[in-house]
Amino acid sequence: MTSDFIVIGGGLVGAAVSYGLLKLGATVTILDEGDTAFRASRGNFGLVWVQSKGDGMHEYATWSRESSDLWPNFAELLVEETGINVGHHRPGGLELCLDEAEYMDFENSINRMHNQPNVAENGRRMISGDEVRRMEPSVGPEVVGASYCPYDGIVNPLYTLRALHQKCIESGLIYRPDHEVKKIIPQIRGFKIITNEGYFLSDKVILAAGNGNKALGEFVGLDIPTGPERGHIVVTERTSPLFNYVLGAIRQTDEGTVMLGATKENVGFDSGFNFEMAAKIIDKAVRKIPALKKLRMIRSWSALRIMSPDGFPIYEESSNFPGAFVITCHSGVTLAAAHALKLAPELLGNDFNGKFNAFSPKRFNVR
Amino acid sequence: MFDRFNENKNSLIKIEFDGTVLDALEGEMVASVLMAAGIMNFRDAPVSNTPRGPYCMMGVCFECLVEIDGVGHQQACLVPVRSGMSIKREKAKRLISDDLVC
Amino acid sequence: MTLCVDVVIIGAGPAGMSASNMIHEYGGRAVILDEQSEPGGQIYKAIDRVMRDRPNELSWLGSAYHDGARLTKKFRSQAKDYQPGSMVWHIECRNLDGLYNIFYSQAGVSKKIETKYIVIATGAMERPVPIPGWTLPGVMTVGAVQSVLKNSGMYPSGKLVLAGAGPLVLQLASQLIGAGISILAILDTSPKGSFLKALRHFPRALFAGDYLYKGWNLTNKIMQSNTKVYRNVTELNASGDGRLQNLSFKVNETKHCLKADTLALHEGILPNVQLTRLLDLEHVWSPRQRSFSPVVNSWGETSLSGVFVVGDGAGVSGARTAEYSGAIAGIIILERLEYIKESQRDLIIEDRKFRRLLDEGIRPFLDTLFPAPERIGEVPDKTIICRCEEITAAEIREVVKKGCSGPNQAKAFLRCGMGICQGRMCGTSVTEVMSKALEKKPAAVGAFRVRPPIKPLSLEEIVTLNDN
Repeated sequence: MTSDFIVIGGGLVGAAVSYGLLKLGATVTILDEGDTAFRASRGNFGLVWVQSKGDGMHEYATWSRESSDLWPNFAELLVEETGINVGHHRPGGLELCLDEAEYMDFENSINRMHNQPNVAENGRRMISGDEVRRMEPSVGPEVVGASYCPYDGIVNPLYTLRALHQKCIESGLIYRPDHEVKKIIPQIRGFKIITNEGYFLSDKVILAAGNGNKALGEFVGLDIPTGPERGHIVVTERTSPLFNYVLGAIRQTDEGTVMLGATKENVGFDSGFNFEMAAKIIDKAVRKIPALKKLRMIRSWSALRIMSPDGFPIYEESSNFPGAFVITCHSGVTLAAAHALKLAPELLGNDFNGKFNAFSPKRFNVR
Repeated sequence: MFDRFNENKNSLIKIEFDGTVLDALEGEMVASVLMAAGIMNFRDAPVSNTPRGPYCMMGVCFECLVEIDGVGHQQACLVPVRSGMSIKREKAKRLISDDLVC
Repeated sequence: MTLCVDVVIIGAGPAGMSASNMIHEYGGRAVILDEQSEPGGQIYKAIDRVMRDRPNELSWLGSAYHDGARLTKKFRSQAKDYQPGSMVWHIECRNLDGLYNIFYSQAGVSKKIETKYIVIATGAMERPVPIPGWTLPGVMTVGAVQSVLKNSGMYPSGKLVLAGAGPLVLQLASQLIGAGISILAILDTSPKGSFLKALRHFPRALFAGDYLYKGWNLTNKIMQSNTKVYRNVTELNASGDGRLQNLSFKVNETKHCLKADTLALHEGILPNVQLTRLLDLEHVWSPRQRSFSPVVNSWGETSLSGVFVVGDGAGVSGARTAEYSGAIAGIIILERLEYIKESQRDLIIEDRKFRRLLDEGIRPFLDTLFPAPERIGEVPDKTIICRCEEITAAEIREVVKKGCSGPNQAKAFLRCGMGICQGRMCGTSVTEVMSKALEKKPAAVGAFRVRPPIKPLSLEEIVTLNDN
């Protein structure tokens, strides 16, 4: 039995793309790993973030903004189709600055982005410490200012994944967990994909396996220079609603727990807990919001982001093996709406590389 | 519904729960003091706000959470009483500061 | 500022105390971190205080309990670094020098200890028994009632029902009857034919004959007290308005209803694997005991050099085996730290191993007489499995149908295991329910990944620890 598409990877990227393809009538099989695999989608913070995206690539800034604008409808669609409320909110975001240097950094970034040609207006501006405290009373005295953007929001990434999976399966997705892909063999027409549990055939194949893409890309002539970057997250007990806005590295879930994050480490494929990192996260968080001090930490974990050399997505159809695509990014949550509703249709078109020219990995060869 | 053996009803220390003074045996756990006073409903479950009380009495189930001397979310079955201790029933979602609720 | 020591023992029940006693006897030193406020663990809870303040209660608490004083006496006289009220929340493995960092919280302050050897003696916990209505105040475990009996000299005073299967049910019933407390009913949930099946293991059990004798005595006592016992009980349901008020159950096909104030449940015990899962150690599923336990060798060492697991935490085998295992781990460590010679070590180990072998003779008999319940995977849909997040069996079965293939994925989709108890109460049940729904063995289904901190602690505590 041959599917139109085999999607390797059932995380937020694979599931969103499959959702879009199934909606357009394609037949899709997802090959996913097991219960304890490295899964960036389970380590996700849940930001639907616009303000810091695309400093250095205006197409990415525009793409992020587009996705953020699609998200409210996307969330509604998901609740209609699955009954699952993915908790999408778009109150606007504040990146709090604890010193002048940080403030300057953000200000410079805004100016750079503003000066990029064709960039979508993202309403981002710097605000003073006093104004921040007016907008967000829990912010502490050490905060000197913030970068604000009205289009920033949050969503529950785990419920999103669950909703996407549910809708996909109801729409005829063939979902195969515990199927590790060993080899992709391009055929005269289509592809033969060998897993530890047998082989699968398809017309087209999409690599959406996060940090697993790099190795798989070699089978289909795709150069995918991504690497793992570890991020730690600390979760507190539930508390009453604290914030009016999303504070970047601090965000409160609908259940009331507060998530703290935003570290970066290069430690290879190690998703263990590092006490120093957790302490660093907490220290910054309580300096920004002093009232958090009394809350109890009940859980912490780390997950591996999928990082390209410039941090921007990589979208490409293989020239040597047409029909093989790679879709990878580190903002699977923010871009889920765009992936499902705007990118998926292009996979059925005939000018994928033309449409996503800016995101081609060939940009890394230009030195 | 728990009661003390008669011999244990003498020489008790006093602690306070939500404004009421309760008798306690020196060295016993906060949880059993409440149980002896007929309190089996220690808190509300955070999702549905239904009443919860102690289940395991050994620090595993986390149902017996109360505020002790101003520190919240303490497992009452692991904390021994001290004379004059002040215990409060907690809300399901910690209120970390009254003036921060928005 | 980090304290650096040779040995840290976590837990002060029979295994932990025994390890400590052995180490101190031969001139070694250990820091003992105990979550409880006094030594004895669960089985010997409050023994010293009972002997001092309420010795008359010993007559019904039983001689097995009293025996604990032997251990606590030696423990208190020898252990110089006993830290009660200490909750270990993380253990870090330092790959470069083979040492370990233990993070713990005591009186709201977090501390760090660097150590070469760790003896994990955190024992077992009661198997959570999900039945409809089990989250109502008034529903607790048999162990909880025993805890209150020992700790506070208190007893359930209203209509009390004991339900389940296992030696602890008999033990509690016997203790209460001995104290003159009335039990409304005992509901025996052991399946039909358990006794006949258990007889196969009877010969081996004779090596641990005094258990049989004790068991016989307990059963006799209960029979003589005219306490109402229902056998072959199924479909137990608890209900009430804000607290336990009613019970319903079936005996064969007949339905029964009872009014009750306190329900004490028991369906065996499970090794407490929070720390061993935190360390990412390999665990095996025991089909007989229906629980996961960490893989250790015959002297208790895990695949992490220097980390030992002793007592019920390594597999449920009772207090006396726990003592022998604690002693064996202690002696191994003593030899490695060069406090004793190999020959001395081997003599002591052989002695303890032999005694342990005899003591373990009772286990197959007991495990077959009181089999671990197979029905947890089949609980009614409406039964709450995850108490903290209120996730039902139905919801877990639903996500399995929608492609969820393991507990960690179920956790991500449903939040079961994400609550404040950190998966302790629902872990095994989720594995059982998914095992049934997926038609895969529990060993293949797996378990929740456990992440630090394994006990909640305030953000402030972490900042303070990091600053120091």
